[in-house]
Amino acid sequence: MAKRARLPDRAGRFGPFGGRFVPETLMTPLMELERVYLGARRDPTFRRELHALLTTYAGRPTPLTPARRLAGHLGGAEISLKREDLCHTGAHKINNTLGQALLASRMGKPRIIAETGAGQHGVATATAAALLGLQCEVYMGEEDTRRQALNVFRMELLGARVIPVTSGSRTLKDAMNEALRDWVTNIRTTYYCIGSTAGPHPYTMMVRDFQAVIGREARAQFLRAAGVLPDALVACVGGGSNALGLFTAFLGDPVRLIGVEAAGEGLETGRHAATLAAGSPGILHGSRSYLLQDGDGQVLAAHSVAPGLDYPGVGPEHSYLKETGRAEYVTVTDGEALEAFRLLARLEGLIPALESAHAVAYALRLAPALGPGRRLLVCLSGRGDKDVQSVAGLAGATDGGGRGAH
Amino acid sequence: MGRIEETFHRLRRRGERALIPYFTAGDPGLEVTRQLVEEAAARGADLIELGLPFSDPLADGPTIQRASQRALAQGASLAKLLPVVASLRGRVSAPLILMSYLNPLHRHGLAAAVQELVQAGFDGLIVPDLPPEEGRPLDRLARAAGLDLIPLVAPTSGPERLRLIARRARGFLYLVALTGVTGARAELPPDLLRQIRELRAVTSKPICVGFGLSTPEHVREVVRWADGAIVGSAIVRRIEELQGDPGMVGKIGGLIAALKGATRDGGQG
Repeated sequence: MAKRARLPDRAGRFGPFGGRFVPETLMTPLMELERVYLGARRDPTFRRELHALLTTYAGRPTPLTPARRLAGHLGGAEISLKREDLCHTGAHKINNTLGQALLASRMGKPRIIAETGAGQHGVATATAAALLGLQCEVYMGEEDTRRQALNVFRMELLGARVIPVTSGSRTLKDAMNEALRDWVTNIRTTYYCIGSTAGPHPYTMMVRDFQAVIGREARAQFLRAAGVLPDALVACVGGGSNALGLFTAFLGDPVRLIGVEAAGEGLETGRHAATLAAGSPGILHGSRSYLLQDGDGQVLAAHSVAPGLDYPGVGPEHSYLKETGRAEYVTVTDGEALEAFRLLARLEGLIPALESAHAVAYALRLAPALGPGRRLLVCLSGRGDKDVQSVAGLAGATDGGGRGAH
Repeated sequence: MGRIEETFHRLRRRGERALIPYFTAGDPGLEVTRQLVEEAAARGADLIELGLPFSDPLADGPTIQRASQRALAQGASLAKLLPVVASLRGRVSAPLILMSYLNPLHRHGLAAAVQELVQAGFDGLIVPDLPPEEGRPLDRLARAAGLDLIPLVAPTSGPERLRLIARRARGFLYLVALTGVTGARAELPPDLLRQIRELRAVTSKPICVGFGLSTPEHVREVVRWADGAIVGSAIVRRIEELQGDPGMVGKIGGLIAALKGATRDGGQG
C-alpha cells in the first residue's frame, strides 16, 4: 500500500505507462503545474477550501444506497450503489473541476478551458468557473454539440463559451486536441482543466487524487454499514476517472476491482470503445497507454451509446492496473447498458447515466455469479436526465416508432 | 559528419543560410510529394522536411491538419513513404528530414522505424511530441544508426531546458518561434531575436526557426540571426489552393525559389 501510493513516479509514470509526451512548449507549464499542485496538496488552507466546496456546494458526502430490490430480483450478491449521481451538476465530474478551478485561481490564471464529450465535464467546469469568477471556454466536437444540445445551453447559461470543434472526427478526442492547441497558444493566461485521468502528467495523478474522495467515503460508509469490506467494486471506464476515484482507496485491500468498458455494438463489429479489452499500447494526448489504433498507428474512432465512454484512449493508471493484474476489465454492449438503465429505473427508482448503466449492467451479470452472502459496490457515477431523450429516441426506433409517437 | 552538419558547414562557407521547406507526405498523393521534393531541391531548398500524416496532430494548426486528413484519405503511411524517399535519394542531395508524431513510429517499433528511415535515406527525424525527458530510447537508437534526432526548443523553455536540449541535439536545433501551433502568421513574434540569442549562448549547433514564417520577408529577417528558416503552412496552404492545377509543382517551385532568395541576400555574411 505504502509503495503503491507513490505512483506515479517522478516522471509521471505508472510502470511503462503515463509520462509527458507533449510539445516542448508545454513542458515548462506542466512542470509548473505539478509544482503548484504538489504544494497545494500539502497545504492545509487549500485542502480546507476544497473540502468546504465539496461539502457546502457539491453535496458531499454522497450516500451509499443498498439496492435491495435489484439484488432481490437477481438473487445473488448484495449490491450497494455509491451515489455520485447526487453530486451537483449530476455526476462525479464536479469533484475534479472544483479542485482544478481552485488551482487555477491559486496560479492566478484568469481563464480556464476544458474539453468535453457528452458535456458533463464541460458543465462541471463551467459551474466551477462561475463559482470562482473565472472566464471559461469549452471545446466540444461539432457532432457532440448537436447530440447534446441541452448541455451546450447549460454551459452557456453558466457563462461559458462553447467552441464547436470541426477537425478530425469532431468528437471528444478532437475536442481534446483543440483544447491542447488553445493551451499551447494561450499558456500564460490559461489553465487547462482536463476532465479525466488521461493526458500528460501531472493531470492523471491530479484528477485521480481529486476523485479519490469517492472511494475514501465509500470505503468508510461500507465498513460502517456492513462491518466488512465489499468483495468487488464495479465502475465504468471511459477515460477512467470515476473508476480510479472509487478504486484508489481499496488498492491495498483484498477487494476485486472491476472496470467496465463500452463494447458498443459488439467488439467483433469494431464499433466500440473497449480500449483496454481490444486496444494496444500507444501514445495519445500526452501519455502512453492503451489505445484504439490501426496498424499504422492512426487513432481510431470509438463508439458507445454512452457519450462519456466514447473515447479511443484510457487513463495510463488503468493500463498499469490491467498489466499488473490488480484490476480486471470487462465489457458491456450498448444493448446490455440500455437494459440495465431501464431495470435500475424500475426496481430502484434511479435513472442512471448511460455511462454508469454500463457498471450496473455488469453487476447484473456478476451478482448471480458471486451468489448470496457476497457484496458488490457499484459506482453510480452520474444520473441519466441527460440521456432520457436519446434513450426515448432509441426506444422509439426499436419499438418500430410506437413509443416515439408522443 | 552527417549530411545535415555538412550542409550547414557548406552554407556557412558561402555566407548563406538554410531554407527548409515542409511538405505533408501524401498531400495530395505520394507521387506528387516525390515531385515536390525533387522540385524543391532543384529550386534551392537546402534541407527538406516531410511530415508523416497523423490522425491527431496536436502541434499543428488548421492548414497542416487539413493536409494530414487529405494525405490519410489517400492512404499515406510510413510503409508507403519509405520507398518514395528511397527512390528520391539518388536524385536529391539535400538532407531529408522526417517529421512524425511519436505514435506511428511507436506502432511500427522504434528500432525498426529508425533502421528503415536510415535505409530509405532519411538524415534526420523531428518528433514534436517527444520532449528530452521521454526521448532517451529513440535518441539512443537514432544515434547508433546515424540518424539526427532534431529537438525543438520553445519560447517557454527556460535556460536550464535550453542547455538540456542543446546538449542532446543532433543536426540542428528547431526553434519554435511562438507559443502556439504551426500556421502562417502575418508578423514575426517580437521577442524572436531574444530567443535566438538565448539559445546561441548555450550552443554552437545550427539554429533554425519555424512556426509562423510565411513570406520571403519573414525568412530574410529570421536568417539575419538564425542559421535557417523553416516554412511549412504557407507552402502547404498554397498546395491546397493549387489542387487540381497541372502546373502546381512548378508554382510551388517558384515559391520555394523566392523563399530561398531571401536566405542569400539577408545574412550576416
